[in-house]
Amino acid sequence: MSGFITLLKRDLLLAVREGGALGTALGFYLIVVTLMPLGLGPDLNLLTRIAPGVLWVALLLAALLSLPRLFEADHDDGSLDVLALGSLPLELVAASKSLAHWISTGIPLALMAPVLGILLNLEARAYPLVIGTMLAGTPAISFLGSIGAALTLKTRRGGLLLALLVLPFYVPTLIFGISAISAALTSPQGFQASFLILMAISLVSMVLGPVAAAAALRQHMQ
Amino acid sequence: MQLSVKDLAVERAGRRIINNLSFEVSSCEALLLTGRNGAGKTTLIRTLAGYLTPTDGSVALKGYGEDRERREACHYVGHLNADKASLTVIENLRFWARYLGGGSNAASANGAQDRLWTALERFAIDPLADIPAGYLSAGQKRRLGLARLLVADRPLWLLDEPTVSLDVQSTALLAGVIEDHLANGGLVVAATHLPLGLANSRELKLGGQMSTAPAKGGALQ
Repeated sequence: MSGFITLLKRDLLLAVREGGALGTALGFYLIVVTLMPLGLGPDLNLLTRIAPGVLWVALLLAALLSLPRLFEADHDDGSLDVLALGSLPLELVAASKSLAHWISTGIPLALMAPVLGILLNLEARAYPLVIGTMLAGTPAISFLGSIGAALTLKTRRGGLLLALLVLPFYVPTLIFGISAISAALTSPQGFQASFLILMAISLVSMVLGPVAAAAALRQHMQ
Repeated sequence: MQLSVKDLAVERAGRRIINNLSFEVSSCEALLLTGRNGAGKTTLIRTLAGYLTPTDGSVALKGYGEDRERREACHYVGHLNADKASLTVIENLRFWARYLGGGSNAASANGAQDRLWTALERFAIDPLADIPAGYLSAGQKRRLGLARLLVADRPLWLLDEPTVSLDVQSTALLAGVIEDHLANGGLVVAATHLPLGLANSRELKLGGQMSTAPAKGGALQ
Protein backbone atom coordinates (compact mmCIF):
# COMPACT_ATOMS: atom_id res chain seq x y z
CA MET A 1 0.00 0.00 0.00
CA SER A 2 2.93 2.33 0.56
CA GLY A 3 3.66 2.10 -3.16
CA PHE A 4 0.13 3.33 -3.88
CA ILE A 5 0.58 6.38 -1.66
CA THR A 6 4.07 7.06 -3.03
CA LEU A 7 2.81 6.99 -6.61
CA LEU A 8 -0.22 9.12 -5.74
CA LYS A 9 1.99 11.73 -4.08
CA ARG A 10 4.35 11.82 -7.05
CA ASP A 11 1.50 12.25 -9.54
CA LEU A 12 -0.02 15.07 -7.49
CA LEU A 13 3.39 16.73 -7.20
CA LEU A 14 3.83 16.45 -10.96
CA ALA A 15 0.35 17.90 -11.50
CA VAL A 16 1.32 20.90 -9.34
CA ARG A 17 4.78 21.33 -10.92
CA GLU A 18 3.66 20.96 -14.51
CA GLY A 19 0.29 22.60 -13.96
CA GLY A 20 -0.61 22.73 -17.65
CA ALA A 21 -3.29 20.06 -17.57
CA LEU A 22 -5.39 21.67 -14.87
CA GLY A 23 -4.96 25.17 -16.30
CA THR A 24 -6.13 23.98 -19.73
CA ALA A 25 -9.11 22.12 -18.28
CA LEU A 26 -10.24 25.07 -16.15
CA GLY A 27 -9.72 27.50 -19.03
CA PHE A 28 -11.67 25.31 -21.42
CA TYR A 29 -14.47 24.96 -18.88
CA LEU A 30 -14.65 28.73 -18.47
CA ILE A 31 -14.71 29.38 -22.22
CA VAL A 32 -17.38 26.79 -23.05
CA VAL A 33 -19.69 28.01 -20.29
CA THR A 34 -19.09 31.64 -21.23
CA LEU A 35 -20.05 30.95 -24.84
CA MET A 36 -23.47 29.57 -23.83
CA PRO A 37 -25.21 32.81 -22.81
CA LEU A 38 -23.59 34.55 -25.77
CA GLY A 39 -25.04 31.97 -28.13
CA LEU A 40 -28.44 31.63 -26.50
CA GLY A 41 -29.14 35.27 -25.77
CA PRO A 42 -29.83 36.99 -22.46
CA ASP A 43 -33.01 35.07 -21.60
CA LEU A 44 -32.50 34.61 -17.85
CA ASN A 45 -35.31 32.08 -17.40
CA LEU A 46 -33.98 29.89 -20.17
CA LEU A 47 -30.44 30.09 -18.78
CA THR A 48 -31.63 29.17 -15.29
CA ARG A 49 -33.42 26.14 -16.68
CA ILE A 50 -30.47 24.79 -18.66
CA ALA A 51 -27.67 25.88 -16.29
CA PRO A 52 -27.12 22.53 -14.49
CA GLY A 53 -27.08 20.66 -17.80
CA VAL A 54 -24.64 23.07 -19.43
CA LEU A 55 -22.33 22.95 -16.39
CA TRP A 56 -22.34 19.15 -16.41
CA VAL A 57 -21.76 18.70 -20.15
CA ALA A 58 -18.98 21.29 -20.18
CA LEU A 59 -17.37 19.57 -17.18
CA LEU A 60 -17.33 16.24 -19.02
CA LEU A 61 -15.63 17.82 -22.04
CA ALA A 62 -13.12 19.72 -19.90
CA ALA A 63 -12.20 16.59 -17.93
CA LEU A 64 -11.63 14.74 -21.23
CA LEU A 65 -8.92 17.21 -22.25
CA SER A 66 -6.39 15.97 -19.71
CA LEU A 67 -7.26 12.26 -19.94
CA PRO A 68 -4.95 11.34 -22.86
CA ARG A 69 -1.94 12.28 -20.72
CA LEU A 70 -2.98 9.93 -17.91
CA PHE A 71 -0.63 7.09 -18.92
CA GLU A 72 1.08 8.70 -21.90
CA ALA A 73 3.67 10.66 -19.93
CA ASP A 74 4.77 7.56 -17.99
CA HIS A 75 4.78 5.48 -21.14
CA ASP A 76 6.89 7.97 -23.11
CA ASP A 77 9.69 8.26 -20.54
CA GLY A 78 9.81 4.55 -19.69
CA SER A 79 8.39 4.96 -16.17
CA LEU A 80 5.48 2.65 -16.94
CA ASP A 81 7.85 -0.29 -17.51
CA VAL A 82 9.47 0.29 -14.13
CA LEU A 83 6.14 0.90 -12.39
CA ALA A 84 5.07 -2.55 -13.62
CA LEU A 85 7.99 -4.11 -11.71
CA GLY A 86 6.96 -2.79 -8.31
CA SER A 87 5.26 -4.88 -5.66
CA LEU A 88 2.11 -2.93 -6.53
CA PRO A 89 -0.10 -4.77 -9.07
CA LEU A 90 -0.69 -2.89 -12.32
CA GLU A 91 -4.38 -2.60 -11.39
CA LEU A 92 -3.47 -0.50 -8.36
CA VAL A 93 -1.02 1.54 -10.45
CA ALA A 94 -3.94 2.39 -12.75
CA ALA A 95 -6.18 3.09 -9.73
CA SER A 96 -3.58 5.39 -8.18
CA LYS A 97 -3.14 7.34 -11.39
CA SER A 98 -6.93 7.64 -11.88
CA LEU A 99 -7.32 8.85 -8.30
CA ALA A 100 -4.59 11.43 -8.87
CA HIS A 101 -6.45 12.56 -12.00
CA TRP A 102 -9.66 12.93 -10.02
CA ILE A 103 -7.98 14.94 -7.26
CA SER A 104 -6.05 17.16 -9.66
CA THR A 105 -8.79 17.66 -12.29
CA GLY A 106 -12.20 16.39 -11.14
CA ILE A 107 -12.31 18.20 -7.80
CA PRO A 108 -11.06 21.58 -9.12
CA LEU A 109 -13.58 21.46 -11.99
CA ALA A 110 -16.42 20.60 -9.58
CA LEU A 111 -15.41 23.45 -7.29
CA MET A 112 -15.23 25.88 -10.20
CA ALA A 113 -18.74 25.00 -11.42
CA PRO A 114 -20.62 27.32 -9.01
CA VAL A 115 -18.44 30.26 -10.05
CA LEU A 116 -19.45 29.62 -13.63
CA GLY A 117 -23.04 29.16 -12.46
CA ILE A 118 -23.19 32.94 -12.00
CA LEU A 119 -22.77 33.36 -15.75
CA LEU A 120 -25.79 31.11 -16.32
CA ASN A 121 -28.04 32.62 -13.64
CA LEU A 122 -28.02 29.36 -11.68
CA GLU A 123 -30.64 29.28 -8.91
CA ALA A 124 -29.19 29.95 -5.45
CA ARG A 125 -30.53 26.70 -4.00
CA ALA A 126 -29.00 24.70 -6.87
CA TYR A 127 -25.41 25.65 -5.95
CA PRO A 128 -24.84 22.97 -3.27
CA LEU A 129 -26.61 20.43 -5.48
CA VAL A 130 -24.32 21.12 -8.44
CA ILE A 131 -21.17 20.82 -6.31
CA GLY A 132 -22.48 17.73 -4.50
CA THR A 133 -23.48 15.80 -7.61
CA MET A 134 -20.26 16.75 -9.38
CA LEU A 135 -18.07 15.62 -6.49
CA ALA A 136 -19.99 12.35 -6.36
CA GLY A 137 -20.01 11.84 -10.14
CA THR A 138 -16.53 12.93 -11.26
CA PRO A 139 -14.70 9.82 -9.93
CA ALA A 140 -16.53 7.86 -12.65
CA ILE A 141 -15.09 10.27 -15.24
CA SER A 142 -11.50 9.65 -14.14
CA PHE A 143 -11.78 5.91 -13.55
CA LEU A 144 -13.80 5.07 -16.67
CA GLY A 145 -11.65 7.48 -18.63
CA SER A 146 -8.54 5.56 -17.56
CA ILE A 147 -9.78 2.61 -19.65
CA GLY A 148 -9.91 4.79 -22.75
CA ALA A 149 -6.57 6.39 -21.90
CA ALA A 150 -4.93 2.98 -21.59
CA LEU A 151 -6.51 1.68 -24.81
CA THR A 152 -5.42 4.68 -26.89
CA LEU A 153 -1.95 4.83 -25.33
CA LYS A 154 0.05 4.21 -28.48
CA THR A 155 -2.38 5.90 -30.83
CA ARG A 156 -1.06 9.07 -32.32
CA ARG A 157 -3.34 12.00 -31.51
CA GLY A 158 -5.52 9.55 -29.63
CA GLY A 159 -7.43 12.35 -27.91
CA LEU A 160 -10.36 12.33 -30.31
CA LEU A 161 -10.55 8.55 -30.38
CA LEU A 162 -10.47 8.60 -26.60
CA ALA A 163 -13.43 11.00 -26.54
CA LEU A 164 -15.39 8.73 -28.90
CA LEU A 165 -14.60 5.72 -26.74
CA VAL A 166 -15.40 7.06 -23.31
CA LEU A 167 -18.10 9.72 -23.81
CA PRO A 168 -20.85 7.09 -24.26
CA PHE A 169 -19.84 5.60 -20.90
CA TYR A 170 -20.34 8.98 -19.25
CA VAL A 171 -24.04 9.03 -20.22
CA PRO A 172 -25.30 7.32 -17.00
CA THR A 173 -23.25 9.69 -14.83
CA LEU A 174 -24.63 12.68 -16.74
CA ILE A 175 -28.24 11.45 -16.60
CA PHE A 176 -28.25 10.71 -12.88
CA GLY A 177 -26.25 13.82 -12.03
CA ILE A 178 -28.78 16.03 -13.80
CA SER A 179 -31.80 14.09 -12.56
CA ALA A 180 -30.58 14.36 -8.97
CA ILE A 181 -30.37 18.14 -9.32
CA SER A 182 -33.73 18.59 -11.04
CA ALA A 183 -35.46 16.16 -8.67
CA ALA A 184 -34.17 18.06 -5.65
CA LEU A 185 -35.36 21.35 -7.12
CA THR A 186 -38.91 20.05 -7.72
CA SER A 187 -39.52 17.51 -4.93
CA PRO A 188 -37.37 16.57 -1.94
CA GLN A 189 -37.86 12.79 -2.28
CA GLY A 190 -36.47 12.27 -5.76
CA PHE A 191 -32.98 13.49 -4.92
CA GLN A 192 -31.87 10.56 -2.81
CA ALA A 193 -32.60 7.82 -5.36
CA SER A 194 -30.74 9.51 -8.21
CA PHE A 195 -27.86 10.56 -5.98
CA LEU A 196 -27.37 7.04 -4.65
CA ILE A 197 -27.30 5.64 -8.19
CA LEU A 198 -24.80 8.35 -9.15
CA MET A 199 -22.52 7.28 -6.31
CA ALA A 200 -23.03 3.61 -7.20
CA ILE A 201 -21.86 4.34 -10.76
CA SER A 202 -18.75 6.01 -9.36
CA LEU A 203 -18.01 3.11 -7.02
CA VAL A 204 -18.49 0.48 -9.75
CA SER A 205 -16.22 2.39 -12.10
CA MET A 206 -13.58 2.65 -9.36
CA VAL A 207 -13.50 -1.15 -9.25
CA LEU A 208 -13.86 -1.98 -12.95
CA GLY A 209 -11.86 0.90 -14.46
CA PRO A 210 -8.44 -0.06 -13.03
CA VAL A 211 -8.90 -3.74 -13.93
CA ALA A 212 -9.72 -2.95 -17.55
CA ALA A 213 -7.03 -0.26 -17.78
CA ALA A 214 -4.37 -2.64 -16.41
CA ALA A 215 -5.38 -5.29 -18.96
CA ALA A 216 -4.97 -2.74 -21.75
CA LEU A 217 -1.59 -1.60 -20.37
CA ARG A 218 -0.34 -5.21 -20.29
CA GLN A 219 -1.29 -5.54 -23.95
CA HIS A 220 0.71 -2.41 -24.77
CA MET A 221 3.81 -3.83 -23.11
CA GLN A 222 3.76 -6.88 -25.35
CA MET B 1 19.72 -18.20 -6.83
CA GLN B 2 19.56 -19.25 -10.42
CA LEU B 3 17.83 -17.87 -13.48
CA SER B 4 16.91 -20.76 -15.69
CA VAL B 5 15.60 -20.41 -19.22
CA LYS B 6 14.39 -23.53 -20.99
CA ASP B 7 13.48 -23.96 -24.67
CA LEU B 8 12.39 -20.35 -24.86
CA ALA B 9 10.58 -19.13 -27.96
CA VAL B 10 9.25 -15.62 -28.40
CA GLU B 11 7.33 -14.22 -31.33
CA ARG B 12 6.93 -10.60 -32.28
CA ALA B 13 4.34 -9.66 -34.92
CA GLY B 14 4.24 -13.26 -36.12
CA ARG B 15 7.99 -13.59 -36.46
CA ARG B 16 9.88 -15.93 -34.21
CA ILE B 17 12.63 -13.72 -32.78
CA ILE B 18 13.93 -16.19 -30.22
CA ASN B 19 13.79 -19.89 -30.93
CA ASN B 20 14.62 -22.79 -28.69
CA LEU B 21 16.93 -20.87 -26.39
CA SER B 22 18.14 -22.42 -23.14
CA PHE B 23 20.64 -21.03 -20.66
CA GLU B 24 21.25 -20.60 -16.98
CA VAL B 25 22.69 -17.76 -14.97
CA SER B 26 23.70 -18.34 -11.36
CA SER B 27 24.41 -15.97 -8.50
CA CYS B 28 27.60 -13.92 -8.89
CA GLU B 29 27.44 -14.37 -12.64
CA ALA B 30 26.87 -11.95 -15.50
CA LEU B 31 25.53 -12.90 -18.89
CA LEU B 32 26.33 -10.50 -21.70
CA LEU B 33 24.01 -10.66 -24.67
CA THR B 34 25.58 -9.77 -27.98
CA GLY B 35 24.41 -9.95 -31.54
CA ARG B 36 23.65 -7.68 -34.43
CA ASN B 37 20.72 -5.26 -34.45
CA GLY B 38 17.40 -7.07 -34.44
CA ALA B 39 18.91 -10.28 -33.08
CA GLY B 40 16.46 -10.27 -30.17
CA LYS B 41 18.48 -8.82 -27.30
CA THR B 42 15.76 -6.44 -26.17
CA THR B 43 13.09 -9.08 -26.78
CA LEU B 44 14.94 -11.53 -24.55
CA ILE B 45 15.46 -8.98 -21.78
CA ARG B 46 11.81 -7.90 -21.87
CA THR B 47 10.77 -11.55 -21.74
CA LEU B 48 12.98 -12.14 -18.70
CA ALA B 49 11.41 -9.11 -17.01
CA GLY B 50 7.97 -10.56 -17.70
CA TYR B 51 6.70 -7.87 -20.08
CA LEU B 52 6.51 -10.28 -22.99
CA THR B 53 4.80 -13.64 -22.77
CA PRO B 54 6.89 -16.46 -24.24
CA THR B 55 5.26 -18.46 -27.04
CA ASP B 56 6.93 -21.57 -25.73
CA GLY B 57 9.30 -22.64 -22.99
CA SER B 58 9.77 -21.24 -19.53
CA VAL B 59 11.68 -18.68 -17.50
CA ALA B 60 12.18 -19.41 -13.82
CA LEU B 61 14.09 -17.79 -10.99
CA LYS B 62 15.02 -20.58 -8.61
CA GLY B 63 15.86 -19.76 -5.03
CA TYR B 64 13.70 -16.64 -4.94
CA GLY B 65 10.66 -17.00 -2.68
CA GLU B 66 8.03 -19.30 -4.16
CA ASP B 67 5.19 -16.97 -3.24
CA ARG B 68 6.85 -13.88 -4.68
CA GLU B 69 6.56 -12.92 -8.29
CA ARG B 70 9.58 -12.69 -10.55
CA ARG B 71 8.92 -9.05 -11.41
CA GLU B 72 9.70 -8.12 -7.80
CA ALA B 73 13.18 -9.61 -8.16
CA CYS B 74 14.04 -7.60 -11.28
CA HIS B 75 15.60 -4.26 -11.96
CA TYR B 76 14.99 -3.25 -15.55
CA VAL B 77 16.96 -0.46 -17.18
CA GLY B 78 15.84 -0.08 -20.78
CA HIS B 79 16.46 2.47 -23.49
CA LEU B 80 14.42 5.05 -21.59
CA ASN B 81 15.54 6.37 -18.23
CA ALA B 82 12.17 6.72 -16.47
CA ASP B 83 12.96 10.19 -15.17
CA LYS B 84 10.55 13.09 -14.79
CA ALA B 85 11.82 16.36 -16.22
CA SER B 86 10.12 18.54 -13.61
CA LEU B 87 11.36 16.59 -10.58
CA THR B 88 14.88 17.13 -9.29
CA VAL B 89 17.47 14.37 -9.52
CA ILE B 90 17.10 13.42 -5.87
CA GLU B 91 13.28 13.53 -6.04
CA ASN B 92 13.32 11.17 -9.02
CA LEU B 93 15.58 8.76 -7.22
CA ARG B 94 13.69 9.01 -3.94
CA PHE B 95 10.44 8.14 -5.67
CA TRP B 96 11.91 4.98 -7.19
CA ALA B 97 13.57 4.02 -3.91
CA ARG B 98 10.22 4.20 -2.10
CA TYR B 99 8.20 2.67 -4.90
CA LEU B 100 10.51 -0.24 -5.73
CA GLY B 101 11.67 -0.77 -2.16
CA GLY B 102 8.06 -1.31 -1.13
CA GLY B 103 8.68 0.17 2.31
CA SER B 104 9.32 -3.24 3.89
CA ASN B 105 13.05 -2.85 4.39
CA ALA B 106 13.06 0.90 4.88
CA ALA B 107 14.76 0.78 8.25
CA SER B 108 14.87 4.49 8.90
CA ALA B 109 14.41 7.71 7.03
CA ASN B 110 18.06 8.54 7.63
CA GLY B 111 19.31 5.23 6.29
CA ALA B 112 17.19 5.59 3.16
CA GLN B 113 18.47 9.14 2.65
CA ASP B 114 22.09 7.97 3.00
CA ARG B 115 21.44 5.30 0.45
CA LEU B 116 20.16 7.80 -2.09
CA TRP B 117 23.29 9.91 -1.68
CA THR B 118 25.54 6.87 -1.91
CA ALA B 119 23.86 5.90 -5.18
CA LEU B 120 24.26 9.40 -6.57
CA GLU B 121 27.93 9.46 -5.51
CA ARG B 122 28.60 6.08 -7.09
CA PHE B 123 27.49 7.49 -10.43
CA ALA B 124 29.08 10.89 -9.78
CA ILE B 125 25.86 12.88 -10.12
CA ASP B 126 25.66 14.05 -6.50
CA PRO B 127 26.54 17.67 -7.41
CA LEU B 128 23.40 17.71 -9.60
CA ALA B 129 21.02 16.45 -6.90
CA ASP B 130 18.90 19.61 -6.72
CA ILE B 131 18.66 20.26 -10.44
CA PRO B 132 15.45 19.28 -12.30
CA ALA B 133 16.18 16.18 -14.36
CA GLY B 134 15.02 17.98 -17.51
CA TYR B 135 18.24 20.02 -17.51
CA LEU B 136 20.58 17.02 -17.44
CA SER B 137 22.59 15.88 -20.44
CA ALA B 138 21.86 12.51 -22.03
CA GLY B 139 24.74 10.84 -20.20
CA GLN B 140 23.74 12.35 -16.86
CA LYS B 141 20.14 11.20 -17.35
CA ARG B 142 21.47 7.76 -18.12
CA ARG B 143 23.46 7.73 -14.88
CA LEU B 144 20.34 8.83 -12.99
CA GLY B 145 18.46 5.90 -14.54
CA LEU B 146 21.26 3.53 -13.53
CA ALA B 147 21.40 4.91 -9.97
CA ARG B 148 17.95 3.32 -9.52
CA LEU B 149 19.76 -0.03 -9.41
CA LEU B 150 21.39 0.91 -6.13
CA VAL B 151 18.44 2.26 -4.15
CA ALA B 152 16.31 -0.90 -4.00
CA ASP B 153 17.64 -4.39 -3.32
CA ARG B 154 16.80 -6.65 -6.20
CA PRO B 155 18.87 -9.68 -7.16
CA LEU B 156 18.33 -9.79 -10.92
CA TRP B 157 19.50 -6.83 -12.98
CA LEU B 158 18.26 -6.69 -16.57
CA LEU B 159 20.18 -4.05 -18.46
CA ASP B 160 19.38 -3.18 -22.04
CA GLU B 161 22.31 -1.31 -23.60
CA PRO B 162 23.27 0.31 -20.27
CA THR B 163 26.33 2.05 -21.73
CA VAL B 164 24.45 4.07 -24.34
CA SER B 165 25.49 7.75 -24.09
CA LEU B 166 27.91 7.04 -21.23
CA ASP B 167 31.51 8.29 -21.53
CA VAL B 168 34.54 6.14 -20.74
CA GLN B 169 34.72 7.15 -17.05
CA SER B 170 31.00 6.52 -16.51
CA THR B 171 31.24 3.14 -18.21
CA ALA B 172 34.00 2.26 -15.75
CA LEU B 173 31.74 3.41 -12.88
CA LEU B 174 28.98 1.18 -14.17
CA ALA B 175 31.34 -1.78 -14.48
CA GLY B 176 32.39 -1.23 -10.84
CA VAL B 177 28.77 -1.14 -9.68
CA ILE B 178 28.02 -4.35 -11.58
CA GLU B 179 31.12 -6.04 -10.09
CA ASP B 180 29.94 -5.12 -6.59
CA HIS B 181 26.46 -6.46 -7.30
CA LEU B 182 27.93 -9.75 -8.53
CA ALA B 183 30.21 -9.94 -5.49
CA ASN B 184 27.09 -9.67 -3.30
CA GLY B 185 25.53 -12.67 -5.00
CA GLY B 186 23.52 -10.83 -7.65
CA LEU B 187 22.71 -11.82 -11.20
CA VAL B 188 23.14 -9.59 -14.24
CA VAL B 189 21.85 -10.05 -17.75
CA ALA B 190 23.02 -7.20 -19.98
CA ALA B 191 22.72 -6.51 -23.67
CA THR B 192 25.79 -4.62 -24.71
CA HIS B 193 28.09 -3.92 -27.61
CA LEU B 194 30.94 -2.80 -25.38
CA PRO B 195 33.02 -5.23 -23.36
CA LEU B 196 32.36 -4.14 -19.76
CA GLY B 197 35.54 -5.73 -18.47
CA LEU B 198 33.80 -7.96 -15.95
CA ALA B 199 35.71 -10.78 -14.30
CA ASN B 200 32.94 -13.35 -14.07
CA SER B 201 30.93 -13.03 -17.24
CA ARG B 202 29.83 -15.20 -20.09
CA GLU B 203 28.71 -14.15 -23.51
CA LEU B 204 25.60 -15.31 -25.30
CA LYS B 205 25.51 -14.51 -28.98
CA LEU B 206 21.97 -14.12 -30.20
CA GLY B 207 20.61 -14.17 -33.70
CA GLY B 208 21.49 -16.18 -36.71
CA GLN B 209 19.46 -18.02 -39.22
CA MET B 210 16.30 -18.30 -37.14
CA SER B 211 15.63 -14.69 -36.39
CA THR B 212 14.29 -13.61 -39.73
CA ALA B 213 12.35 -16.75 -40.66
CA PRO B 214 8.60 -16.30 -40.24
CA ALA B 215 7.13 -18.46 -37.50
CA LYS B 216 4.69 -21.26 -38.16
CA GLY B 217 1.26 -19.82 -38.66
CA GLY B 218 2.72 -16.34 -38.60
CA ALA B 219 1.18 -13.31 -40.19
CA LEU B 220 3.41 -13.59 -43.22
CA GLN B 221 2.23 -16.99 -44.29
